[in-house]
Amino acid sequence: MPNTTAIALVPLLPLAGFLLLGLFGKKYFRGSSGIIGVILLLASTLLALYIAYGYFFEYGKVDGVYQKLIPIQYTWLSFSKDVSINMGIILDPISVMMIVVVSFVSLMVHIYSLAYMKGEERFPVYYSFLSLFTFSMLGLVLSSNIFQTYIFWEGVGVSSFLLIGYYYDRPSAVAACKKAFIVTRFADLGFLIGILILSFYSGTLDFNTLIERLTHPGSNELKTAVASSFLGVSALTWGVALVFIGGAGKSAMFPLHIWLPDAMEGPTPVSALIHAATMVVAGVYLVARLFPVFALSAPEALHLVAYVGIISAALAAIIACTQTDIKRVLAYSTMSQIGYMMFALGVSGYGGENGLGYTASMFHLFTHAMFKALLFLGAGAVIHYVHGNEMKDMGGLRKFLPITHITFLIACLAIAGIPPFAGFFSKEEILLAAYQNNMVIYWIALTVSGLTAFYMFRLYFSIFWNKTYDSRLMTHGSHQGEGGFAMMLPLVLLAIGATGAGFIPFGKFVSSDGSTLESKFHLSFSILPVALGLIGIFTAMWLYKKQNDRPNKIAVSLSGLYKTAYRKFYIDELYLFITKKVVFNLVARPAAWFDKNIVDGLINLTGNTTQAVSENIKKIQSGKVQQYAIYFLVAIIGLAVLFIYWWK
Amino acid sequence: MEPGLYHILFISAALFFIGVYGFFTRRNLITMLMSIELILNSVNLNFIAFNKYLWPNKMDGLFFTIFIIAIAAAEAAVAIAIIINLYRSHRSIDVENAEELKY
Repeated sequence: MPNTTAIALVPLLPLAGFLLLGLFGKKYFRGSSGIIGVILLLASTLLALYIAYGYFFEYGKVDGVYQKLIPIQYTWLSFSKDVSINMGIILDPISVMMIVVVSFVSLMVHIYSLAYMKGEERFPVYYSFLSLFTFSMLGLVLSSNIFQTYIFWEGVGVSSFLLIGYYYDRPSAVAACKKAFIVTRFADLGFLIGILILSFYSGTLDFNTLIERLTHPGSNELKTAVASSFLGVSALTWGVALVFIGGAGKSAMFPLHIWLPDAMEGPTPVSALIHAATMVVAGVYLVARLFPVFALSAPEALHLVAYVGIISAALAAIIACTQTDIKRVLAYSTMSQIGYMMFALGVSGYGGENGLGYTASMFHLFTHAMFKALLFLGAGAVIHYVHGNEMKDMGGLRKFLPITHITFLIACLAIAGIPPFAGFFSKEEILLAAYQNNMVIYWIALTVSGLTAFYMFRLYFSIFWNKTYDSRLMTHGSHQGEGGFAMMLPLVLLAIGATGAGFIPFGKFVSSDGSTLESKFHLSFSILPVALGLIGIFTAMWLYKKQNDRPNKIAVSLSGLYKTAYRKFYIDELYLFITKKVVFNLVARPAAWFDKNIVDGLINLTGNTTQAVSENIKKIQSGKVQQYAIYFLVAIIGLAVLFIYWWK
Repeated sequence: MEPGLYHILFISAALFFIGVYGFFTRRNLITMLMSIELILNSVNLNFIAFNKYLWPNKMDGLFFTIFIIAIAAAEAAVAIAIIINLYRSHRSIDVENAEELKY
């Protein structure tokens, strides 16, 4: 059986780091906070790897099926004999995979930040926030209880808010962190209602029990949940769809994606950790966690997942082709890849061969964490060197940043799905799952994979080739090379991950029902996506490798479409219109008027009346003893008369 | 003529209203205290009279009266202490001068 201390320490070590650095960092660990964070997280990562090894190779598998183990569980809030909120740790293939991914990427980011954030005024604060995030994320993936998930879910939301707003003296960062928090919080409302619906019908908050009760055919809970309906859709479908809305908000799915590009205002390592590799996949993880309920009991909600996923993937890929800020391109590519994971879950079935989409989704989550963190950290190295985010300020950097160049290229090849890099394998599986289930989604996904290759290599060629970079053009003169060992080590390690992760036989470890899924590899099937990827790459090369005016000409000839995509399909404007014009004018203003005049008026009326009355009668209390004696006498006589003549 | 209950009640009532009148009209605290004593004594007279004429074989009214006399002695001690303090702070024992405790 698993070692409970080791498992508990995985999330608790970052928590210790948060408390230590958050409380005492400024005073005692000004210089050493980074090292402390790294050491604690290194320990956490090693423990996670140890647990993963133990789970996958020693005790996790019983009769060929990976079990859902709950090594730690205690009652936290008990409402009645049957209903209680427990705190526990669940070990199953996806949670074990996630703790490895989260702790590893977080470790990389911690190491990278040693160099990247060096000399920052609030260095210890930065590390304490990173530790808080890591703690919340590890807690989120290990939660055995849906309410516990929700607590940690808000925890990652808060730490994301804090880290996006790390440069709090920049108005844009402040606006971005507020936007991210409000949008995800809005989506979390859906999640909360979803939790309430699901737990109301299943009578439990525990994941295992909840899934069992809501998927077991013929169970009373399932019957009532399906029988009661609202607007023609069963309560169960509403519940899981609302949970998915929460997930969609966190995972930046259309139409709740607007916060993600703005979240790039945070420090680049933070973007790599939170807004690329870990937190944004929490939505995917949530759907995967409740996957049996989606697949077996609420297929309509699963269709919703699939279509939201594919729309987000396509929309983000188109927008990414036109953006000029390198972090924004990466943000949209993140959204697009998460869209892939979502629709892979959406087209998947439960159990055996049907569960290919599920495995593919988790596989893509795993490989994506590697290469997307690598892309962001590489972009961070570039930004560190150039002191700017705009692509037009860059070019020809391959001579100055050789290691960054090679690792970035590997990541681009991986995301473009070129064999033998990691993205190829996971993307093939996703496409195969789509091909087997839904041709419309398959064709869109195929097109998007071509687009992905194009925009990633547009980025690559614009940064590292194109015109020659002239450092004298930049105002900040002093360059310190690639940023030293601390920045290069994570890049190299992640590049190894992005190259090799694809060869892991993922179906053996992670599948929808825990049994082994043999991934079949069809060479003929892979030709089309790879060819499209190569076409994307060569188009990007033709347009961006040398400085020329072809990109501008194309942009001009497609002016309408280009402008629409450049302005992100006017979704931000639409939101602004809805909030500012519609909500503010039609709802907020009348509500404010009502509050100011009617509600406040009533309160003021009572207050004023009391005041006026007391103002008028206060003279009675004159301070003259004999006057009081007269009142007393009169009252006594009055009472005597009352008792004698009226009180019979 | 043997004095009856009504005579005594009449005296008691007179005594009571003299006391009330004194309490309301006098401004000197000592005089007011004396008026209160008059009121208390009128009550004592009532008790004694009712005890004697209505339930001659019981002692309740008598005990009550003794009790009231004891209380009145204590009350006079407290009141005089208050009056002395008032005099120390105000240099006067006129109630008109001690009316700060108001709205």
